[in-house]
Amino acid sequence: MNKKILFIPLIAFMILAMVFATQLVRNQGGDDPTKLESVLIGKTVPEFGLEDLAEPGKLYDQAIFKGEPLLLNVWATWCPTCYAEHSYLNKLAADGVKIIGLNYKDDRNKAVQWLNELGNPYLISLLDSDGMLGLDLGVYGAPETFLIDASGIVRYRHVGDVNDRNWNETLKPMYQALLEEAK
Amino acid sequence: MIAEIGHFAMILSLGLAVLLSVLPLYGASRNNTMLMNSARPLSWGMFLFLAVSFVILCYAFYTNDFTLQYVASNSNTQLPWYYRITAVWGAHEGSLLLWVLIQAGWTVAVATFSRGMPQESVARVLAVMGLITVGFLLFIIVTSNPFIRTLPFFPVDGRDLNPLLQDPGLIIHPPMLYMGYVGFSVAFSFAIASLMSGRLDTAWARWSRPWTIAAWLFLTLGIALGSWWAYYELGWGGWWFWDPVENASFMPWLAGTALMHSLAVTEKRGTFKAWTVLLALSAFSLSLLGTFLVRSGILVSVHAFASDPARGMFILGFLVFVIGGSLLLFAVKGAAVRVRGNFDLVSRENALLGNNIILIAALVVVLVGTLLPLVHKQIGLGSVSIGAPFFDMLFFWLMIPFSFLLGIGPLIRWKRDNLSKLVKPMIISGAISVGLAGLFVTVLADHFSGTAFVGWMMAIWIISMHGFELYERATHRHSFKKGITKLQRSHWAMMLGHIGLAVTVIGIAMVQNYSIERDVRLAPGESFQLNEYNFYFEGVRDKDGPNYDGYIADFEITKEGKYINTLHAEKRFYTTAKSMMTEAAIDRGVTRDLYIAMGERLDDNKSWAVRIYYKPFVRWIWAGSLIMSIGGALAISDRRYRFRKTAKNDKKLQEQEA
Amino acid sequence: MKRVLLALFATLAFSLTASATIEVYEFETLDQEQQFKDLSNTLRCPKCQNNTIGDSNAELAQDLRQKVYEMTKEGQSEQEIIDYMIARYGNFVTYNPPLTLATAILWVGPFSVIIIGFGLIALRSRKNKSKVAESKQEWDEEKESRLKALLEEDKDGDKQ
Repeated sequence: MNKKILFIPLIAFMILAMVFATQLVRNQGGDDPTKLESVLIGKTVPEFGLEDLAEPGKLYDQAIFKGEPLLLNVWATWCPTCYAEHSYLNKLAADGVKIIGLNYKDDRNKAVQWLNELGNPYLISLLDSDGMLGLDLGVYGAPETFLIDASGIVRYRHVGDVNDRNWNETLKPMYQALLEEAK
Repeated sequence: MIAEIGHFAMILSLGLAVLLSVLPLYGASRNNTMLMNSARPLSWGMFLFLAVSFVILCYAFYTNDFTLQYVASNSNTQLPWYYRITAVWGAHEGSLLLWVLIQAGWTVAVATFSRGMPQESVARVLAVMGLITVGFLLFIIVTSNPFIRTLPFFPVDGRDLNPLLQDPGLIIHPPMLYMGYVGFSVAFSFAIASLMSGRLDTAWARWSRPWTIAAWLFLTLGIALGSWWAYYELGWGGWWFWDPVENASFMPWLAGTALMHSLAVTEKRGTFKAWTVLLALSAFSLSLLGTFLVRSGILVSVHAFASDPARGMFILGFLVFVIGGSLLLFAVKGAAVRVRGNFDLVSRENALLGNNIILIAALVVVLVGTLLPLVHKQIGLGSVSIGAPFFDMLFFWLMIPFSFLLGIGPLIRWKRDNLSKLVKPMIISGAISVGLAGLFVTVLADHFSGTAFVGWMMAIWIISMHGFELYERATHRHSFKKGITKLQRSHWAMMLGHIGLAVTVIGIAMVQNYSIERDVRLAPGESFQLNEYNFYFEGVRDKDGPNYDGYIADFEITKEGKYINTLHAEKRFYTTAKSMMTEAAIDRGVTRDLYIAMGERLDDNKSWAVRIYYKPFVRWIWAGSLIMSIGGALAISDRRYRFRKTAKNDKKLQEQEA
Repeated sequence: MKRVLLALFATLAFSLTASATIEVYEFETLDQEQQFKDLSNTLRCPKCQNNTIGDSNAELAQDLRQKVYEMTKEGQSEQEIIDYMIARYGNFVTYNPPLTLATAILWVGPFSVIIIGFGLIALRSRKNKSKVAESKQEWDEEKESRLKALLEEDKDGDKQ
């Protein structure tokens, strides 16, 4: 047994400690270990046929995502964080950001009323009452916002509310890049 | 006011712990008797003040002192008094105080039962234990103080203890676990002290061994209790989930088991010293690692504390100091300890070493399986989940060579033996294993399961081989009857330990392969047939408790017409905590459990969703653990460890060894 | 397990029910029911993250169970359903990790421990054998008979 071998346990431990330290620092910086990455990135929006939120009977399919870059915001009236982000979405819509809303596992009437009271930032509002489009999109908690490019391909998924900070830091640059791409 | 005394007592204890970690150590290096002698009284002082602190916290809970933040978050006036006290260790801060109290407790135990040890060693060992206590106390006082007041405003009533924790299991399971985790710090301290002094003779192994077995015993019980508690309390009929927190408790157990056996070799044969030292350092390091994983928020687990990363950083720092320091000491001084043993390929040393290796492989399985998701995500490869399917399979495969070696190990001589002597017992045991395993699997179940068959085979192999060993050892120089009475406790301990494992394996084999779970819709008056058991749903009635509203569903069970039992499955709504709990109803049996958990009332407003389980041999899992623990207890109580030398003892010892 | 209790307390806010919602799903064959149960215990809930979909009360878990139920009734195999879920939620959603270069260490790790460990045992005993062979040369008949005499003297058994 070589003397150097005795150092292996120490080295192994120090590597482990560095892994832990890195993770702790990231967690302190706001990283959430429960956040899941999306596997839909780079893939087209899944096929679907959903009704308009306000007008029953009026159907939409995945074609609505073709033509220009869009945000897809997954929300519900039972979701408190969605309530918190809503005013910011209104502001974005007023600034010309194009957002499509996906009402996820919710009650139609409640949702319509909600939008009437709080404002409607969505170009189109889809009703996904059984959550099946959500499932196909890999939605695991509201709110979530997807960035979809002009060809209907999912480019990014943001979990949690959209606020001033993450919009300016992360989402806006991406959205603008998609807009450039589409030209 | 009283809480402040508790707070102050804790700080005093810290002061004494600091003295304990410094003075005797210095005394040992300078051969200063007075300083070395200070170790014992300092240990007692450290412990007593901590005990005072803990008792005061209990008192605060008992008297519902909601001016303490910790009490307000974890207790409630409507909580029955015994749960108020056990709520002390129901969350982060209090459980840490319990941990450090137990740490101090083991320290005084070592201080008391170390008369036969040289003063220098005792001083060093106690100093290291004091150092560990310092670390924990600092952590508590700086980041996790249970004595923090909520004044000037305080709540009229507390948040209540999580209803899940309002159970007798909570009373005993955590203290048991902690006794185990902390107990490994004794072997750790012995190892450090020996590395420091550069002297690692077999006496070191001899002293460490009973302490290690004691810690292992508690940990075995603690883990088994947790498994048993989860089974009857959580309502999903499972007994182990490979959750990171469970794994955090299993890793020190695996290392501790390896350590126990490695110590046996080092004590008897003087070999494996460096390896044993490394194991001693690892067992406690894994306990600490477990604490870190659970309290730092680094792993995704419902079982982890909602802790901030700052706390995690503190613990990590502590870990780097203790584990890193000990491994550095090992790296630098370990070479002095090496002894090249001289033993053949076929020898008991190698059999024990072989199983040590398999235990470590199992440890690696659990460690990598628990930590890989973290690393995988960190390096940007995305999320991955590792759970029961993976762990179950790997452990199944590892058990096979492990049981094989476990069976032949006790039959192999030390240092040198040849396999030819073993051939006869091996063939016979092999035949018995295959035969009986096949028999049991066909008779006790309705279909053949390969994995269950293998499980039975492994267990019967172990039992059969030990039967041979027992016969051989008893008849060595006497008749069987006389020989059996002459066998030492340590021998019985070994048998019980191993047979206990076999029993657990049988339990696992049966439960994993032959459990039946049915979700059925039943209305009162209807019945359901599961194999030969008939479950008749009598009805639902109201039943409220001190801090909950609930109802009970009664089921009458008959087997082929004969009455077996009436089970009462409950649902409770805890008013303060606003949570709904299901209390499963279990009909316990040696060869099977019948288990009923109530779901919700279904749409037709008449029938209910009811889950009915048939769990064969599930009790064997915990019975086996209990047998293993009894084995451990027997091992510690062996005559060799009675240090008091009286003429009578000496004579008896001589007779036995003759 | 102690941690379970402690942590469960800490997550009081969203640990609303102690056990899963027990729902009744009806199947035509026992095989299908078994597949459903197996999948319920293999798929992980992306929302509560520390339960299988079978044990979780989250709505998402319910949706996933429903989907698994429907797909099972349609006759899809276990692997097909798992692949379907992975296509939407990634490898996170199954407790059975895939075999990739990165996850290979899960199997390679313990396997190497065993190979290296037992290999060292074998190597060491071979070294020992050559050492013993060396020392044997110093032995001779006289010593051998003396040894025999000594051994015959006191038949001391193997002590534990």
